[in-house]
Amino acid sequence: MAVKKKKNDALTEFEIARRRRNLLLQAGITLFALILLGVYLMPLFYGAVTSLKTKAQSADPSAPLLPSIAVSFDYEDKNYDVLQVPTAAGIREWALVKKGRRSSQFVDPGNPDAGLIDWEGNWRALEPVWVPSVQWDNYPQAWNTIDFARLLFNTLVYAFVTMVGTVIASSCTAYGFARFNFPFKNLLFMILIGTIVLPPAVTLVPTYAFFVNVLGWGGTWLPLIIPQMFGNAYNVFLLRQYFLTIPKEMEEAAQIDGAGRVRTFVSVILPQAVPALTAVSLFHFFFAWNDFFGPLIYLAGNRDANPITVGLTEFNGLYSSETQLILAAAIISMILPLAIFFMAQRVFIQGIVITGVDK
Amino acid sequence: MDMFSELDSARGSPRLLDIRGAFRLTGAQRVEAKWGLLFISPWLIGFAIFYLVPMVVSLLFSLYDFTLSAPDEARFIGLQNWSRMLFDDPNTWETLFVTFKFALISLPIGMVSAFLLAVLLNSQHLIGKNIFRTLFYAPTMVPLIAAILIWSRVLNPQTGWLNQLIEVTGIEAVGINGLRWLDDPNLIYIAYTFIGLWGIGNAILINLASLQGVPTELYEAASIDGAGWLRQLWSVTIPMVTPVIFYNLVLSVVGLLQFFIVPWVLNLGSGYPEGSTNFYMIYFYKQAFTFQNMGYGATLAWFMFIIGLAITIFLFATGRYWVYYAGESK
Repeated sequence: MAVKKKKNDALTEFEIARRRRNLLLQAGITLFALILLGVYLMPLFYGAVTSLKTKAQSADPSAPLLPSIAVSFDYEDKNYDVLQVPTAAGIREWALVKKGRRSSQFVDPGNPDAGLIDWEGNWRALEPVWVPSVQWDNYPQAWNTIDFARLLFNTLVYAFVTMVGTVIASSCTAYGFARFNFPFKNLLFMILIGTIVLPPAVTLVPTYAFFVNVLGWGGTWLPLIIPQMFGNAYNVFLLRQYFLTIPKEMEEAAQIDGAGRVRTFVSVILPQAVPALTAVSLFHFFFAWNDFFGPLIYLAGNRDANPITVGLTEFNGLYSSETQLILAAAIISMILPLAIFFMAQRVFIQGIVITGVDK
Repeated sequence: MDMFSELDSARGSPRLLDIRGAFRLTGAQRVEAKWGLLFISPWLIGFAIFYLVPMVVSLLFSLYDFTLSAPDEARFIGLQNWSRMLFDDPNTWETLFVTFKFALISLPIGMVSAFLLAVLLNSQHLIGKNIFRTLFYAPTMVPLIAAILIWSRVLNPQTGWLNQLIEVTGIEAVGINGLRWLDDPNLIYIAYTFIGLWGIGNAILINLASLQGVPTELYEAASIDGAGWLRQLWSVTIPMVTPVIFYNLVLSVVGLLQFFIVPWVLNLGSGYPEGSTNFYMIYFYKQAFTFQNMGYGATLAWFMFIIGLAITIFLFATGRYWVYYAGESK
C-alpha cells in the first residue's frame, strides 16, 4: 500500500514538473513573439504617431515620443517660448523674454505682473516645455495638398476595370485548362506558368513604342488596362487548381439537362468557385493599388492621371521636409488595403497557400 | 506538390510534344479540343500579342540604333548594341554587380527570416497563434510606396526610432558616428533589406502551410531516436519544406533582378550614396525611357532575360540534388 502511494506521488510530481515546463515554454515563446512583433511593427507605430506631430517636433530628436507642442506664452503682445529653468527652488517653467549670452530675462507665466526675472546661465542649454497635443489637422492638410481624392479615383477606376477584365479572362482560361483536352495542352500550360518568371522588361520596350508612338496612347490609362484584359498566370493557376476540385458530376448533370458548355461554366462552375474568385479579385485589387512601374512610364507628363503610388512618390519629392504630411499621406494610402485584408483574410490567405504550395 | 514540380511531371508526359498524335483526333475529341481552345483563347491571344510578339520584336530592336523621338532615323547596326553592352559599357557590369551584391545580402536574410517566423508561428507553445499570424502578415499589405516612405523616416539617423531603439541597448547609433542607414554605402543594402522584410508575408504563409504538412510521425520517430529540437529542425523539418524554399528562391531571384521601386522612390535612381544603388533595372529604365534609346534598352532587357533564365535553369538543375518531393521515387 505504502509503496503504491509513493509511486503515485512520484507520477504526479513528474506530471507537475512537465506542466510547469510547458507553461514556462508557452510564456517564454509567446513573450518572444510579442517582442519580435513589436519590433516588426514599430515603423507602423512610428508612422502613425509622427503623422500627428507638428513639423517642428518631427524634426527635433530630443522632443517627446508622443505628439506634443512646445509651450509659448504671450507677454506684452509678443509670443515667447516657455523653457525649463533650473533655479535654487527647483525647475521652473518660465517664458524666455530677453536672450543673453551669460544671463537672460524670463517672465513667470503664472505671475506675469511680477515682471522680468534675471537668470544666470546660457539659455541655449535649456529644454523647452512640451504639452501633449495631437495634430489631427495634418490629415486633411495632406489629403488636400496631394489632391488625394483624384489619386484615389484614378486608382479605384483602374483597379475595378482591370479586376473585372482579368477575372473573366482568367476564369475562362482556367476552365479550359481544368476540364478540356486539346493539342499541346501541357506545353501551353508550361508556357503560361513560365510567364511568371519572365521579367516584364523584355517585352516592355516594343510594347511601349507601339502604344506610345504608333497608337499615341502616352499619358492615358489604355496601355495599362488593355494588356490585363487577357488574364494572368497567377490567377489562371489558382482558379485552375480550384476548378479541379469541383466534382465533374455537377457539370454532367447540367449537360444532360441540355445546358451548353458556356452555360455550364457560368451557372455551375462559377457559383461553386466564389472563394477562389474572391481571392483572385482581391489579389488583383492589391496588385493594382501597388502598381508603380507601368503608370510611371505610361502616364509620364500627365499628372492628372496619376494613381496613388506615383502621386505619393511625387509628393515625397516636393515636400520631403514635411515629414508629418508625408506620413499622414502614407497612412491614408494604406487604410483601404489593410481594412480589406482584415475583413477578408481567410479567403485571401487560402489563395496564397494554394498558389504557393498547392494542396 | 508545388507548381514547379507540376512542370517536371508535365515534361515527362508523352502528350507534350506528340505532334502527330495531336492531329489524329476523333470527332468527339475534336469538339472538345475546339471548346478547350475557345476557353483558353483570352490568354492565348494575350500571350501572342503581349508576350510572344514583343519578345521577338524586342530582340529585333536590339539590332537597331533606334531613338523613340526619331523613329525614321532607325538603322540596322547588327550586334553593335550587344558588343557595346558587353565590352564597352562599364555601367552594365557595375549595375549587375550592385544588383547581385544586394541580392546576396537580402535574399538569405529574407528567406531565413520567413522560414524562422513560420517555425515560430507554427509552434505548439505559442498562445494566440491566429492573431500573431494576422499581425505578422499585416505589413505585407501596406502598399510598398507607403512602406518605403515610413521606413525612410524610421531610418533617419537622429529622429528615427530605429536608431533611438538601438541607442537604448547601449550601442552608439544616433550621434555623428552613428548609423546613417540611407547615406552609408556599407549600410544601404541592410536598410533596403529591412524594407524588404515588410514584404515576406507570402513567403511566411507558404512556409507555414508546408510546415503543417510535415507528418507528425516523422517527429515522433526522430524524438524516439533521441533527436533534440534543433536536430529535428535540421534533419526533418528543413528537408520536408525544401520544395517551398525552392519556390521562394526562384521567385525571389527573379524579383531581385528587377529591383527598382525602393531606390527609385528614395532617390529617383541617382545611385546615392556613391553609386551603391545603381541597380540594373534603374539603368535599363534610364536608357529606355529617360533617353528613349529603344535599341539599347531592348538589348539590356534581353540580357536581363538571359541572365534570369540562366539562373532559373541552374536552380532547376541543382534542385534535383537538394529539393525533396514527398511521394516521388528517387
